[in-house]
Amino acid sequence: MTATALPIPAAPTNDRELDPHLPQTPTLSAAWRERQARFTLATRARRRQRRVIVIGSGLAGAAAAATLSELGFQVSCLCIQDSPRRAHSVAAQGGINASKNYQNDGDSVQRLFLDTLRGGDYRSRELNVHRLAELSLAIIDQCVAQGVPFAREYGGQLENRSFGGALVSRTFYARGVTGQQLLLGAYQALLKEVDHGGVQLLPRREMLELIVEGGRARGVVARHLPTGTLETHLGDAVVLASGGYASVFHQSTNAQSSNATAVVRAYEQGAAFANPCFVQFHPTCLPPHAPEQGKLILMSEALRNDGRVWVPRAPGDGRAPESIPEAERDYYLERMYPRYGNLAPRDLASRAAKGRCDGGYGVGPDGRGVYLDLAEALAREGAPRLVERYANLFELYQRATGTDPLRAPMIIYPAAHYSMGGLWVDYDLMSNLPGLFVIGEANFSDHGANRLGASALLQGLADGYFILPQSASSYLAGNLLEPLSESAASVRAALARAEQRTARLLVIGGRHTSREFHAELGRLLWSGCGLSRNRDDLQHTAQAVAELRSRFWRELRVTAGAAELNQELERAGRVADYLLLGELMCLDALQREESAGCHFREEYQTAEGEALRRDAEFAHVAAWFYAGDGQLPRRTIEPLQFRHVTPAERSYR
Amino acid sequence: MKLALRIWRQAATTLPGAFVRYELDDVAPESTLLEALDQLNEQLVLAGEVPVAFESDCREGICGACGVVVAGRAHGGGPRTATCELRLSAFRDGDELTIEPFRARAFPIVRDLIVDRSALDRVMAAGGYVSVRTGSAPEANALPIAKDVAERALDAAACIGCGACAAACPNASAALFVGAKVTHLALLPQGGPERAQRARRMVEAADREGFGACSSHGECHAVCPKSIDLSVIARLNREHLRRAPA
Repeated sequence: MTATALPIPAAPTNDRELDPHLPQTPTLSAAWRERQARFTLATRARRRQRRVIVIGSGLAGAAAAATLSELGFQVSCLCIQDSPRRAHSVAAQGGINASKNYQNDGDSVQRLFLDTLRGGDYRSRELNVHRLAELSLAIIDQCVAQGVPFAREYGGQLENRSFGGALVSRTFYARGVTGQQLLLGAYQALLKEVDHGGVQLLPRREMLELIVEGGRARGVVARHLPTGTLETHLGDAVVLASGGYASVFHQSTNAQSSNATAVVRAYEQGAAFANPCFVQFHPTCLPPHAPEQGKLILMSEALRNDGRVWVPRAPGDGRAPESIPEAERDYYLERMYPRYGNLAPRDLASRAAKGRCDGGYGVGPDGRGVYLDLAEALAREGAPRLVERYANLFELYQRATGTDPLRAPMIIYPAAHYSMGGLWVDYDLMSNLPGLFVIGEANFSDHGANRLGASALLQGLADGYFILPQSASSYLAGNLLEPLSESAASVRAALARAEQRTARLLVIGGRHTSREFHAELGRLLWSGCGLSRNRDDLQHTAQAVAELRSRFWRELRVTAGAAELNQELERAGRVADYLLLGELMCLDALQREESAGCHFREEYQTAEGEALRRDAEFAHVAAWFYAGDGQLPRRTIEPLQFRHVTPAERSYR
Repeated sequence: MKLALRIWRQAATTLPGAFVRYELDDVAPESTLLEALDQLNEQLVLAGEVPVAFESDCREGICGACGVVVAGRAHGGGPRTATCELRLSAFRDGDELTIEPFRARAFPIVRDLIVDRSALDRVMAAGGYVSVRTGSAPEANALPIAKDVAERALDAAACIGCGACAAACPNASAALFVGAKVTHLALLPQGGPERAQRARRMVEAADREGFGACSSHGECHAVCPKSIDLSVIARLNREHLRRAPA
């Protein structure tokens, strides 16, 4: 690797290119109502003639597909797994936030809005975040009506718990399987529409290309995974609900099939990619037992309600945790953030854990771990109450480690978990490509530079049930498009691109598997573009990723062919896209010369070592445009305007 | 540790399959069985061979994508264990494990260890839902639900749809799967209005897909990664006898 500095793309020149189309209203709370009132409507008969292609069947995708079908549209819903019920939303554990204020502890829409905006370190749009907080109320109603069995109090009312970054109890949950239960609610709504004939379910499909005709997104090319056949799916609009890209780090909490291919294909076709460097590391994961282990197991943040995080006060203290006296323990989150304590937001908790371990205080086999200790809660409430709250998490932990968390503290470490960055969308969740909508984790919209716990499920369902169906309806009502023929030049070109790409992966005949390249990329990004970043490391990492990418295209080995089920080929295609995205993340992190939320630039920190934002220079969304293979992408910005809230230093002390 | 794996290889649904024996010389006991299969596949690709096709996604026992038969047992582990949660420490150094796909008439083999379980989605689409449109829901706390009722509904709703119940059943019955959803929704007031037709339609759909009838062997419960209780089948039978409101 050479030490020469990488050329940095030119400074932003155009801040008018991306219009967020925000409603202009005097108050925050009037904005969404005002937008809804202006949406164009169409008769049911006309809606029946329009088809929407939805990519993904997680919370956002399933909710959107079901609701669009209820409205009368024809919907094709593609998902990569064998069943829509397996989408990775299923693995969310802890809960979903809503400002119902059932606990009477001072919650309100305004407070959820402020917590989320501040949690994101003021790098999101205030109008989007306010809408999210407003919709949280209807989402809980909707899910309960579907039969989601949320936790209840003895009186039959819904129960809540607390999550990081909040002083109120507003998280609704179903044991440690909230994501599963919400997804099953959305899946059942989807199957209801399959039953009624409005949704065509297309499982085991992977989107490989976006079809753009006359500047508008009109369909996709997908690989039918069991046979390798390339199919085209055409319609009047495309909705990407394909999830996030934290799997770019190789070791992440994401599922095996979570990948970035759909968003990268859209990016290559002209959709802007916003804030790619904003990736969240979850503080409470199980440390990897081997370097080649891709999937890391997550322990819900909910455990921080009852668990205390600590390390020994002395570096390299090898004693068993129970023989370390209280006075020789450092409850560092309580020490650093007395007001929030163990419920400090994820970015701070993750960075603090890594800081302790890098300083030599870490515990566990290779010093990459901190304790999450339930002893105090156990003494206070007794085992039965804790088991009732966390049974399946305890089981998951015990099965993975052989240790009972009620007898010895758990050992946890941060892992790549969630991408706040994603495709740029306006207030209506439409990308800069007309007809291409992006929802859920795939877009960049609501979480700024750090997402609060229990807000991913919230955003997925807000986008899917309540925002996208209305905004996409309006687009479809206002744009009467000619039917697109399978033989159109744009369709044939997209098919050809997908075919060529597959063929290119198969002919290399090198000596390394895609998994090896993925693991190497993960190592590079973890050390150079991970929890803590600086200019030199980022430049070197960007360059090293570019070199790895060129090696990939020379040295990859994939066996078997294209016209059959071929999981190696599938993985190779995804790794190729991670390599492109990894470089983009480094470029974005390099250009954002400030610290904000998850993005910690060592050059920009306060005297206490906290993130130092530079609002005058960086209160904006950075959006990147693809400029061709091997070309530096072009960066543009959308300034963030705070008309109702004054960004303050984000303090949890 | 060392392991020998006898794995079912079948290139496509319509082609014949056979067991092929592979050896892994150095796998870490703390790895999962699926990580051992990953390791085997890396070796096969580097040797220019076709890797073993198998399915998995979340790798923490919640998505239901994984599922193979190990040493004659669906999912291969003890109670409440999905294949992805199965660690090599459960086996002895030098063991030979036979790994084959879930077998049931309703689950045709796609390739190697992957089967087509879309029949389960079709059964669910036959009424395994509450008919509520987006936006039409009443205030969530308007209808109190007793804590124990919500807990029992969640016990049934915990089903991950892996299909092990049908694979383990001598009749390839999906009664546990259907019973779990019928029970979840029948226990809650929201599922009440459609309960009779739901049970009838889902049972008919399961019959159409080629799942067999329940004859109370209980194998399904024994292999279920979420230990869904057999009482859901009793409830399914009761719900099935309900008459739809006139």
